[in-house]
This record gives sequence, structure tokens and C-alpha cells, in this order.
Amino acid sequence: MYDKLLVELSAPGRRAVSLPPLDVPEAEPLPEEYLRSELPLPEVAEIDLVRHYVRLSQKNFAIDTTFYPLGSCTMKYNPKVNEEAARFPGFVQIHPLQPEETVQGALELMWELQNYLAEITGMDAATLQPAAGAHGELTGILMIRAYLRDRGEYGRDEVLVPDSAHGTNPATAAMAGFKVVPIPSDRNGDLDLDALRRAVSDRTAALMFTLPTTLGLFDPQVLEITETVHRAGGLVYGDGANLNAVLGRVKHGDLGFDVLHINLHKTFSTPHGAGGPGSGPVTVKAHLAPYLPAPVVVREETENGPVYRLARPEKSIGRVRSFHGSFNVLVRAYAYIRSLGAEGLREVADNAVLNANYLLARLKEAYHLPYDRRCMHEFVLSGVRQERLGVKTLDIAKRLIDYGFHPPTIYFPLIVKEALMIEPTETESRETLDAFAEAMLAIAREAETEPQVVKSAPHHTPVRRLDEARAARQPVLRWQRAEAAGQA
Amino acid sequence: MIPEDRKYTREHEWVKVEDGVAVVGITDYAQRELGDVVFVNLPATGTRVKQFERFGEIESVKAVSDLYAPVSGEVIEVNPRLGSEPELVNRSPYEEGWMLKVRLEDPAELDNLLTAEEYRQHIGEG
Amino acid sequence: MTEFLRPSYIPNTGSDRAGMLRAVGVGSVDELFAEIPEAVRNPELKLPAPLAEAELLRHMRELAARNASLEDYACFLGGGIYRHFVPSVVQHITARNEFYTAYTPYQPEVSQGTLQALFEYQSLICDLTGMEVANASMYDGGSATAEAALMACRLTGRNAIGIADTTNPQYIEVLRTYFEGQSLQVEVFDADDPPADRDLACLIIQHPNFFGYLERPELVAARAREAGALLVMIVDPISLGLLKPPGEYGADIVVAEGQSLGLPPYFGGACLGIFACRQEHIRQMPGRLVGQTVDIEGRRGFVLTLQTREQHIRRERATSNICTSQSLLAIAAAAYLAALGKQGLRAVAEQCYHKAHYAAKLIAQIPGYSLAFDRPFFKEFVIRCPAPVAEISRFLLGRRIIGGLDVSDYVPNGMLIAVTELNTRAEIERLAEALRDAAAVAAGPVREVTDVR
Repeated sequence: MYDKLLVELSAPGRRAVSLPPLDVPEAEPLPEEYLRSELPLPEVAEIDLVRHYVRLSQKNFAIDTTFYPLGSCTMKYNPKVNEEAARFPGFVQIHPLQPEETVQGALELMWELQNYLAEITGMDAATLQPAAGAHGELTGILMIRAYLRDRGEYGRDEVLVPDSAHGTNPATAAMAGFKVVPIPSDRNGDLDLDALRRAVSDRTAALMFTLPTTLGLFDPQVLEITETVHRAGGLVYGDGANLNAVLGRVKHGDLGFDVLHINLHKTFSTPHGAGGPGSGPVTVKAHLAPYLPAPVVVREETENGPVYRLARPEKSIGRVRSFHGSFNVLVRAYAYIRSLGAEGLREVADNAVLNANYLLARLKEAYHLPYDRRCMHEFVLSGVRQERLGVKTLDIAKRLIDYGFHPPTIYFPLIVKEALMIEPTETESRETLDAFAEAMLAIAREAETEPQVVKSAPHHTPVRRLDEARAARQPVLRWQRAEAAGQA
Repeated sequence: MIPEDRKYTREHEWVKVEDGVAVVGITDYAQRELGDVVFVNLPATGTRVKQFERFGEIESVKAVSDLYAPVSGEVIEVNPRLGSEPELVNRSPYEEGWMLKVRLEDPAELDNLLTAEEYRQHIGEG
Repeated sequence: MTEFLRPSYIPNTGSDRAGMLRAVGVGSVDELFAEIPEAVRNPELKLPAPLAEAELLRHMRELAARNASLEDYACFLGGGIYRHFVPSVVQHITARNEFYTAYTPYQPEVSQGTLQALFEYQSLICDLTGMEVANASMYDGGSATAEAALMACRLTGRNAIGIADTTNPQYIEVLRTYFEGQSLQVEVFDADDPPADRDLACLIIQHPNFFGYLERPELVAARAREAGALLVMIVDPISLGLLKPPGEYGADIVVAEGQSLGLPPYFGGACLGIFACRQEHIRQMPGRLVGQTVDIEGRRGFVLTLQTREQHIRRERATSNICTSQSLLAIAAAAYLAALGKQGLRAVAEQCYHKAHYAAKLIAQIPGYSLAFDRPFFKEFVIRCPAPVAEISRFLLGRRIIGGLDVSDYVPNGMLIAVTELNTRAEIERLAEALRDAAAVAAGPVREVTDVR
């Protein structure tokens, strides 16, 4: 199986690039003290470079090869027409600091997308600047902080975070200088409303609430939850990672959320890129709009028609990154919304939720279901039954690989033991869902009759059961040239 | 097998006192729950630790846990081997995987701790 | 068959759904949403009607056509985003479905492609910068700078940082936004006289600076050392084909905008935040890290490691809240560095240098224009114009030239000109000619400007 590092392919004098000769007279060189003496980069020929990367890519599971039910990540199909549109030179070859009159197409696209996202989520304004969901969280929490301080509310230094929350939530609150107060979940998997009522006070800045929740459930108490926080003088931040379940079925803005982040690389089909780039726009109610990061795109009516400009909201929290936003991702999300329209988006939610409930119905006998109720677009099973037989959720996940599936999210949320979070998305066929269900049922049977085959999985991958303890105890985070010389 | 010659906290630390010096570590139950230990973050010698307050952290591949002092006193020695061999905590939590030696300030504090039998009950192996 | 075949990525049909509804035990999909409060259920979404593929592409092409593409102009605009040559192989590599439609490599056995590609990226960044360890990316140069400053505060226990006044103003702004949250202080210092202040966790210097000029990192390093502060350097990755790497100046943390490494300008995003530091500080480093290890059969493999620093484990005590970053773009940067290699990157850097200096020489000779500073520079420099920059730029546009950035806030009528290996001699000479003509127009009596094409 192909296994070389770039540095092991390298040989002196090789290169994969061509450059024209210098066409201007040479200038005086820089003084020696500024210059480097060696540039230790590999030297690889183009054919070897291409083979290297193509063969590497073949070692990956991806949506385009495999069912990828990673809960909370919404691994839906990435439409290829969006890829084509995103490659037009008029989008690719523009500089963010060009005069605005030369990028009206790009600014219009951003303005429209701001509006679409606000409309879809029942909010009044949006920023497209944040580069990822966590970045959007930080943006939203900083906006809440600015809003409260503007009103003289310096004493509000606590952010309430459910114990089921994604790790980015408390990490974000801490980054924004807040104390994190955890709120437990109740027996039904919903937020413990009594605990929330006891926790809110005049020190509450905000509640960070994911809806649908990280358990894939629609917390029916949502209106009381948001009202409880508002009554105490706090705001409600919405983690919109699970927006895929409710497109066209409910708007977060109608449920009492003041601010929401959206993951374009989840709900709006932009590719995950092996870990990014994503994009995390934030939509807000009018009272938070003045605090949006700068710049936002505005439209002015002139006698020659509409003109799009970049503008700074009057009480902006400032920038959260350089330039305007992850435009290449925005283009794809825009194209997706234009392709689907309102009815297409509603169908997305309907099918995402149906697919998840269908899989749940097929699996709930064989696996422990901690919260036996209707799920939304994803659901959480527990491997505790199999654990009693010596088979852990980790083993189940690895065995799924043998059956040709990417494992679901495991060991999250933290409040479920041996958790398996499954999100099929709407872009999978019934046949695929049935095949996955069959595999999960087969593994449950194997756990009883031949657990060893599950515990020793996966069996056919290029590497198996990597030693993560060693990787953490003796970190090797870059290639070593001496070792490379040995392998070459 | 929970050693009888020492006392325990509810947070799974043990303490064994020899001539006024308290040796501190974590229990076998704790190391099993944690998984492969990759890093232990301990205070410097000379630091004063206080009973039931956080004195450090222990990391496995997938988890981080706080370490709580079973007794108060000045840290006089830190296990020098844990830096390069954190796996000692897994292999030998009661012996080679010891973490701190503390000059015991107040022997009465030991009364606040669990006996081996009480600890056994606490973790449900009674 | 004349009906509208709407775009749909949903394979299941009505009959598939009917069977599934039966298995779930409900009569309709509506029932699945019954927990949503009735008053707000099923809202209208006021969005434009859907577009079939051909219509969508037509619409997107129209939008794109209303942007002036740098391919149709001679571009001299920089300021953090640059037009550099991108070898064709790079885009082919990142267009591999198995790269771009995969996600964060949580299951290493089925993600060795991603993991090894990122491990190679980390290694290449270390080779390039002379640092010991690099992470697998951050969002962009600006947020990477903010995270470096936060890391310095964590390491030193101090509440304030110093940043040079010649740093990219957008980066300073991002830093302020991040610091505001934790009530940390940002002090802007004179780059020529860095402070040795024991209250500062680090001194941040951009080299070459925002205006293109080389700073004196060794001076900043000395002052930082005196004060027990960290040295953070912001660099231009292309410049490292030529310039002494930050590791050799003793930098503790190095950050950069990686867009120049194999990515097109793309309207300023997505970008690539490069972040590297010393091995000894690794536990305080934000971002994903890929490490080498062995599998159960002793074969070399790669995994995400030191995850206990990160939010999914350490939650509110994490080094950062970052989760999804810029993996695909890091892979592009790695492919770029590998494609160019030792020879190629050096050649690109040298061409930028010589072409920029040629442009500066020509412009300095134009009456009315002057070079704002007499200091060594790499690929950008500031000129003083005889008229407001906005006027000059408008004139240049008419000549199909995208002029440099208006930096009048720093230098009266100052324009920041960037020149890369993609600017031909002809373009540079056209720029000089156009600047000369622009000056004449500006200096002339008030009259209709008719020669703007």
C-alpha cells in the first residue's frame, strides 16, 4: 500500500513548476543579514506529486464515496453545479480591496445571501464574516457582551450552557470572558427547566441553546426557556448547527432567539473540505444589528439603480477576521439556496427528519435508546448493551468500516454513555439507509455471537487501530529528515 | 484490590503517610476510567496544596481530569519519572505511579478522608 | 414532459417515503414536527423561485460578469491578499472528491489521506519558517495573530500585548475585538523603538511589514527577551523563499496569511491562517495537530493528537474554541510548496523582489511621484501621489489597471503598490505610463476627463 511522505519522494533538482525568466533588470540584492542561507523544501516532479496526492486521497472515506452519518455534521451531498459556479473567474479572481464599483456582482451576492439567511431563520440582519461555526459563536457572544455593556449592564458575567452542549459553546463563552454555568438536562433529554429557572439571575448575560438539541430532539419547552432568560434580563444565543432539521418548519427568530449562527458547510451543502473551509454566518434580531462585525453589505438606491457597498454598523464589535468573509463558501451556499427555493428547503428538512426517524425505528430494538421519543434529523443511541458483552462503541464504529460505512459520531454528547450519534441527512436513498441498518443489526448480533470480530475491527484498511496514546505521549508533529533518508 | 494502608478521596486520589510525609497518587479505578495517561500536570516543589483543592491535571488521549489534594502541605517532591513515562500511572497507580510527596500540615485532616472499605463502597465494588 | 424539473438532491420518492412513514408509525411527515409550537409552525420562507441548473449557471455567470476580474486587468493591489501564480496541479489536487467531500479526520483508519496531507503541511510550514511545530491551520492571518497573542498571555500570565504600528491594520482590529472579550490590553508600539516592558506578554512584529518594508526583528527580539516577553512574528510566506526565516530570529510564535501559497484572491476568503511555535509551548497551542504514530501491526500512520488542548475535550478551559478550520486550503498550500520546491519558491520570491524594485525605480522617476520611504522592501512599497489616491485609481481603472491600496491615513496621498511574479514588464511600464498621465490630468485645469476608457 502506497506510503511515502513528500520528503521521501524528493530528489535534488526535481521540480513541478515552470516560470518565465525574469523580464526586468535585477535590482541591488538585499543585505546578507536579511537573507536565508538554506531553503529546505522537498523537490518533487509533477508526475510524482500528482500520484502522491491522488493515492493519498484514495485512502479517505468521503461523502462522494461512502455513507457518512456523522451526527451533528450534516454530511449531505455537495452539488456539483455549485462547484462549477464557484469557479467562474469573476468570483475567483477578485481582490477584496478592489474599488467597490468593480465588484458589484460579488457584493450583490453577499447582500442577497445576508437577506436569505435572515429570512430563513426569522431574523432581521446578518453578518457573513465568521469563518466557521465556532467563529460565529464567538461573534454572537461578543455582540451580546457589547449590547449589555452599552446598557450599563456590566454585572452580567455568566453564560448558561447546557451539559449536552458541543464543546465549542463553553470554550467560546470563556474566550469572551464569561463564566460558564452548566445547566443539566432532564430525564427526557430536554433542558431541565427548573434548573434553568434557579440559575438565571441579574448576572445572566445569555443562555447558549442548541435547537434541535445535540441529542437530536426538539425541546418542546423552548418558548418557556427563552422567556425565562429574557425575563431575567439575559439574551438567548442559538447554536444553529442542527438547522437542517427545521428549514421551513420553524424559524429560530419566532422562538425567542436573539442571535443564531449557521454552519454553511452543514445545512447549506458547501463541502466540508476535510476539515474546512466552512463558514459561520450569524443572523440577529434588530436590537443586535448595530453590533454586527464590520463590514456588512448594504444596498443604496441611486438614480442609476441599486448600488452595493460595504458598511460599518454604528456600534460594531469590530472585525473578527481579515476581509469580508469566506467568499468561496458563500458563493456555493447562495447557489444552493437559489437552486432549492422555499419548497426545496422545506423538503430538505422533511426528508432529513424522516430519514432519521426511519433509521431510528429500524435500530431501536437492537441498541439502547436513552430517550425514547420522536427524533429530528439525528438521534443518539447508546452502546451500553453491547458494552456488557465487552464490545464498546469504539469497536462498533470500527466494525462499521468493514461494512463500508463511515462511522457515526461517537462519545458525544457527553451526557450519554457510549454514545453513537447518527445523522443520515436527506440526500441518502432508502436503499442506503437499509444497508446501513442491516450492518448495524449484524454488528449487534456479532457482539453477542462473535465479539472478537468486532473488537479487532477494522480489518481491511491500510492501517488499523492506531496508537493514539503514543502519539500524545511522544508527539511527532513533523517529518524528520534523517528518518526520511532511511525510508527513501 | 484496594490497598488498606492508605486513605482515599471521593475524587479517587489516595494518600499514604510515612513519617509525616504524605505520598499522593490516583487509584486503580481512576486510571481505568481515564484510559491511557499521556500527561500529568503537577505543581512545582515548594508549592502549598490545600485539602480538596485542585493541584493539577491528568490527561488521557480523550479526557482531562482535575487532581484534588487529599491533604494540605508543602510539596517536597514530585515524581520525576512521570514526565517521560506517564504510563506508570496506568501500570502501577499505587506504587511507581505516585505523583507528589507533601509535608503533612495537619494529621487531623486524614479524618476527612475515606478508608479503603468506604472507598470501595463509593465506587460500587463493596 | 414540459414540467419544471426542480433541482433536488433527495433520492427518495413519494413511494419510498410512504413505506418509511409506515415503518416509523406515522401517517404523514407533518406529524414528525408536532412538537413545534403550533403558532410558529410551518412559516412562509420568502425566497426567490428555484432555478434549474442551466438557469442557475446563467444567473451566476451574470453576477460574476459584473465583477472586474484581475485576469482582465493589470493588478498592483496587495495589502494582505495577493495575486500569485497558482500551478494547475494544486487545483486538481484539491478537486479530488475524496479530499473536498470528507470531513475532520475523526476516524483515522479511513482518513489517512487527509491526515498525512496535513502532517506534510505542518512539516512544510516548519521547514519554511524554521519553527519546530505548526498546526493544521487557523481561519486567516488576522485571527491567527489574535490567537497567538492569547497564547502569549496564557504562557506568561500577563494581561497585555504589544503590536507594532506597521502591522496590517485589519489584524490589529481583529486582535482588539478578541481581546475586548477578555479585558486584555493592546498596546501599539513604534516599530523602530520596541518597548522592553515587563507588563507585555509578547511583542508582535510583521516582517515585511504591512507597507512592504523589512523591519528589524533582531531588535524586537532583544527587547522582548529583556522583558521576559515572547516574540511573535507575522510573515509573508512567499518572502521566505528569500528572507531569513523567523525561527532564526528566535521567534516564539509565527503566524501568517497563507493565501499566497497556492490560493487565488477569491475576494479575500476563505483564507489560511498559518500558526507555528516552539515544541516546549505545544500544550498551549490552539488548533488541530496531526501526529505520527504506528498501528497495531507497527505500520506508520497519522492521527489527530494532543486533542486534550481542544474544545471538544477541555471545553471552557480549551486553548481555543476552534473546531472546523481550513484543511483543504492547507492541503492546497502544501501542494503548492511541494510543486514549487526549493528552486521554485526561491525563484518566485526573487522575481517579486526584482519586479517590485523595477516598478519603484520607474515610478520614482515620474515628476509628482516619490517613494515614501528609503528602506529595504520585498514586494510592496508606498509611493506619494501628486493627487488624491481615489482620483489616480479611477484613472488607472480606465487604463485597465487596478492600482495599489489607498494608505493616505498613513502617508499623504500614499498608495501601497504590490508587484508579484505575475506582473509582466509590459504591465509595470504601462503602470508607470498611466501614473504619469494621471498626474497630468490631475494637474490640468478643471475640465472633462475624456481619456478614461
